[in-house]
Amino acid sequence: MKPAAFEYSAPSTLDEALSLLGDYGGDAKLLAGGQSLVPTMNFRLAQPAALIDLNGIDDLFFIREDGSGLRCGAMTRQRSVERSALVQRVAPLLHEAMPHIAHSQIRNRGTIGGSLAHADPAAELPALAVALDARMYVRSVTDARWVAARDFYVGLFTTAMLPEEMLVEVAFPTLPPGSGWGFDEVARQHGNYALCGAAAVVCLDSGGAVENARLVFLSVGEGPVEAKRAAELLVGERPTQTAIRAAADTAAMHDIDPVGDIHAGPAFRRHLSRVIAERVLSKAIKKATEAGRH
Amino acid sequence: MDLTITVKVNGREYERSVEPRLLLSDFLRHEIGLTGTHVGCEHGVCGACTVLVDNEAVRSCLLFAVQTNGREVSTVEGLDAGPQQLHLIQHGFWEAHGLQCGFCTPGILMSLVPFLEQNPDPSEKEIRDLLSGNLCRCTGYQKIVEAVQLGAKLIQEKSS
Repeated sequence: MKPAAFEYSAPSTLDEALSLLGDYGGDAKLLAGGQSLVPTMNFRLAQPAALIDLNGIDDLFFIREDGSGLRCGAMTRQRSVERSALVQRVAPLLHEAMPHIAHSQIRNRGTIGGSLAHADPAAELPALAVALDARMYVRSVTDARWVAARDFYVGLFTTAMLPEEMLVEVAFPTLPPGSGWGFDEVARQHGNYALCGAAAVVCLDSGGAVENARLVFLSVGEGPVEAKRAAELLVGERPTQTAIRAAADTAAMHDIDPVGDIHAGPAFRRHLSRVIAERVLSKAIKKATEAGRH
Repeated sequence: MDLTITVKVNGREYERSVEPRLLLSDFLRHEIGLTGTHVGCEHGVCGACTVLVDNEAVRSCLLFAVQTNGREVSTVEGLDAGPQQLHLIQHGFWEAHGLQCGFCTPGILMSLVPFLEQNPDPSEKEIRDLLSGNLCRCTGYQKIVEAVQLGAKLIQEKSS
């Protein structure tokens, strides 16, 4: 047997799952798609005393639109998000980025909530959630609260959730008119962990100047890293190639502090960050201009 | 504590009592004796253990057998219709020499079954994207891509 022994329960309702999670008091892990948890269990890096399997909770599988944007149940498979016409229409950045997540065989099983809650710094979904200003709906037996994506990620594989809390839903607000978006990443092979990636959302005002910009990196820090200085540089400016390049330079030099690994040292990661930032900002601005109000 | 599960594998129902930690890959190989599903890395990277659960390609090393209780699993053993009656995708691999050592082949074939059902005439890029989920260390993939193209063509010819 690869994994260590554990107690297994497969509740069919959310309340049952939350109650089990509360009872185990931090000794249990929630089993969503299992595409990150099970490998760590196979290595015995993780040896939870219990697994609470969420795959039988039908209420956690949904994609719907409400007045303010898109809402996805935590157990929605990544493959369902990728193929959803609703996601394509309401959250096109999410739609475009989904094929970059691992391989189709992984996305068939992997869930949106599992990846968001796992908080792997190399994962695409946390960076996308921050770029899209998503909100996470977190529940325990006694509490329910919404947490902004940028407050949700607090460190390496660490979120603002307490041990007895579960991510049950994520909401992506509709982008304002005049917005454009872009996503890109560099991986050694398609589907592998990205050496660096970034998502950008840019909103232009009626005069064609940048009203709002968000640029978020993955794989260059302990979680999704928002390039705030780069965004500040762009706001109020006309989005010329020079302005985009200056923002990308600032992002790579001042907004991130990447560490190296065997695949890419810090200097190479900064280089990739600059190149990818320029690409995604350019894409976002092009789309915003095309969609423009001017 | 062992749990009793009933799983339909390649159309046949199996009832077994298993530990929750038993991986689906080990369940198929050790409990049922279907060793066509290969285990390579056992942490979801290589794709050799890919099987279909309810007709979707998944890593059997990243699922616990108990999670397939009441579900339908298809493995490479269920592909052919009998001796000398290979599935058309297998025929493509045979004709185009889409394998060398063959270790990765069952996983690739199982990835391809739903892929070609949903996308009967894939582009080379789409084929390569799909194959990125299955590691092959012998072929360099060129022959595999040709085998997929041939398999797709054979399926289309048969259905037209």
